[in-house]
Amino acid sequence: MSQDERVWIERNYRNCSGCRRCEIVCALYHEGKIWPEASRIRVFMIVPGVEIPHLCFQCEDYPCVEVCPTGALSVNSQTGAVNVDASKCTACTLCIQACPGNVPHLHPEGNYIVICDLCDGKPKCVEACQEGRWNTLMLAPRERGVSHKALAKTPQELTWEVAKEILGEETAKEVMDR
Amino acid sequence: MRGYAGKFLEIDLSSRNVKDTIFSDSVLGDYVGGRGLAAKVLWDRLGRKWETVDPLGPENILLVFTGPFTGYFPGTKVCVSGKSPQSNGVIGSTVAGEFGIDLKCAGYDGVIITGKAEKPCYIFICDSQVEIKDASPIWGKKARETLRFLVSKSMDDIRDIRPSHGEAKEPSVLYIGPAGENKTRVAAVVSKYAHGAGYGGYGGVMGAKNLKAIVAKGFGPVPDVFDQGRVLDLAKRFSESNFENEGFRRWGTGGGGYYFGAETSSEPIRNWQNEWHDMESYKREEFDKYWVKKNWGDFGCPTTCLKLAVLKAGRFKGAICDNPDYELEAYLGTNLGIFTPEENIYLSYVSNELGLCGIQGGAALGFAAELYEKGMLTKQDLDGIDLEWGDVEAFTALAEKIAFRKGIGNVLAEGVYRAAQKLGETKDADLLKYVVHEKGVAIGAHGVRSGEDYISENIAYACSVQGGDHTSSASLPFDRGGELSSIMADSAIYCIFAAFGIEDDEKIDFYNAITGWKLTEREWYEEKAPRILHLQRAMLLLGGPDVRWKPKLDDDNPPRFWEPLPSGPYKGKTLDRREFEEARSEYFEAAGWNENGVPKPEKLRKLGLEDVEAKLRDAALIE
Repeated sequence: MSQDERVWIERNYRNCSGCRRCEIVCALYHEGKIWPEASRIRVFMIVPGVEIPHLCFQCEDYPCVEVCPTGALSVNSQTGAVNVDASKCTACTLCIQACPGNVPHLHPEGNYIVICDLCDGKPKCVEACQEGRWNTLMLAPRERGVSHKALAKTPQELTWEVAKEILGEETAKEVMDR
Repeated sequence: MRGYAGKFLEIDLSSRNVKDTIFSDSVLGDYVGGRGLAAKVLWDRLGRKWETVDPLGPENILLVFTGPFTGYFPGTKVCVSGKSPQSNGVIGSTVAGEFGIDLKCAGYDGVIITGKAEKPCYIFICDSQVEIKDASPIWGKKARETLRFLVSKSMDDIRDIRPSHGEAKEPSVLYIGPAGENKTRVAAVVSKYAHGAGYGGYGGVMGAKNLKAIVAKGFGPVPDVFDQGRVLDLAKRFSESNFENEGFRRWGTGGGGYYFGAETSSEPIRNWQNEWHDMESYKREEFDKYWVKKNWGDFGCPTTCLKLAVLKAGRFKGAICDNPDYELEAYLGTNLGIFTPEENIYLSYVSNELGLCGIQGGAALGFAAELYEKGMLTKQDLDGIDLEWGDVEAFTALAEKIAFRKGIGNVLAEGVYRAAQKLGETKDADLLKYVVHEKGVAIGAHGVRSGEDYISENIAYACSVQGGDHTSSASLPFDRGGELSSIMADSAIYCIFAAFGIEDDEKIDFYNAITGWKLTEREWYEEKAPRILHLQRAMLLLGGPDVRWKPKLDDDNPPRFWEPLPSGPYKGKTLDRREFEEARSEYFEAAGWNENGVPKPEKLRKLGLEDVEAKLRDAALIE
């Protein structure tokens, strides 16, 4: 895979059915179990009907990798994904603070961070979403000169944005505690 | 036995005592989970004094159970149960959402709640950390406000428990609205918006326990299974089968609001005075205009048959509801003379905000409207409400009264059957002929008079151990499908809308691959499912304290089902008394019940239910 063939997972939040099949396949692939909180993609539902699949946005400047004091995080030269070396991670959580979207989280049972690794370029979550024809997650080429970091937001920020879109601002204010 | 977390969480709200309860493999093997295990637990703990247990008293037990399929069968539901304040028996009432997943991930297969809290409370579960918390900030609050508070507060609490985890997903919540708090018999246990465990009336049971909600967050994995490869292969096939169901995925049950009226003449209209309509305004394409999400589902669901409807403009601006699904389209639409999607969405939203069950609450609204039409209830009786068919604002006002037990609402909050008795006494009239119920449970929106609905058997409700529950209807032959299949769905727990094209033997295969058990179809249909059915039948017949059904006499269709359909393509059709009685006798016989519908001693002994036999003798049901 050359730099030009690198992929990015595009997300159309409004289409998310909340089926969470992305979480299921992700955890099965990475953990061998169905494990929602260990999944690298997690569907947040702070407001029912406003489901937000949340995973690494792959910032161009990788602030999480930059801030990692132990070298546990690195950029995969093939896919551009962030790789985690669990044996080096001390769970200091600096990467979480550095991430503009609060994406990284600790493995629920291990003392290390988990981050989407793009399944080596063939993300299972996208396959699961496409299989059901929900078209929420789609594979797109990672374009140069486009800032993915600009799209990186916390689950709360994204919920608010999408809630405003699909419910209208007045109703969104009623259903969401900000 | 695999597929289980291995323990149940038991909470006594009176003493605030919290403990783990474990059931043996043999109990889990026989009763599976959900509805089956609920029947077993209720029988063991309350069976001896069943007739004296007030469903709305502190001695009732509220159960929220998962099943071994939870997390693996595509789609997720949990089963809520207890002694029902509607049927006075046991109803397994399922509701979709991630609650079952969070519970399993927290390490529990279910929650058993006894006693009554001194003050309004909610239960907070985060893995093994369980707390009974103060619900005073949300007591009296409607759905949106309740959910907003609980999600926000619980996310903070979870952050405090795991400060370095990073963002954790929100917990799952089961809650009640004012209708539950005020101990009405028509209240649902609600999940998300408009997902309700309505049949049974367990919202009122929660209210009677001063329990506003249960919040669960699990950080662990779903429990391991016996043969993961086989389980995942079967789950893949099940999903593919559902993916092929294009029509259902596209429209869900939301196409039913027009279809069951216009095509099959089996939709309740104006309190079941008719079952036929041809209102083009109620076609599915008209509902589609309000759908902001065309696929909405719960954990693992391949079908995602729900839709999210939002009214963004007009006088009902701000209303949010699922589809509405068919039952809501009927009971909060056609049955009230409402034939526009906008008004139906609004009223469904109102019903959900109040925590009413759309079917049971809707039935009460329709019943009152017919009495008003006939002059048997006056505007004065209704505290000034002009309850004309189709007047959505009038029905909204009455729904509020029911949920808060104000004025006439206090009587209607008892559900249609009890309301008819109470109002009948005041009015000195037989009002039961206007009530479409079975054993105190308003019948689902699938009439059997035309014989054209997918539920078409004349004994569908009359012989069901869950009364009017359309998801557990009786049919012949007894030993295939029918309630024995529903018991599988509600005990292993899967959603019937994510089970299209899946055969019984595949479900048994799936069960065996999960548990490591070697269940056969024959064993299920001849032994295990009938055993659960008999427990439910026994407790239904024991009933009490306010209602006791007469076997056979009350195993009948409501009076309205014997009236001919007044118009439409099936005009004049109705049930035939002789055919019905023959079918009922055949069902009793095949089930192992005597000519009056009481389980025979030899059948009970064969199922290992000697204690049920003894109890039925004590109660003079068996001579």
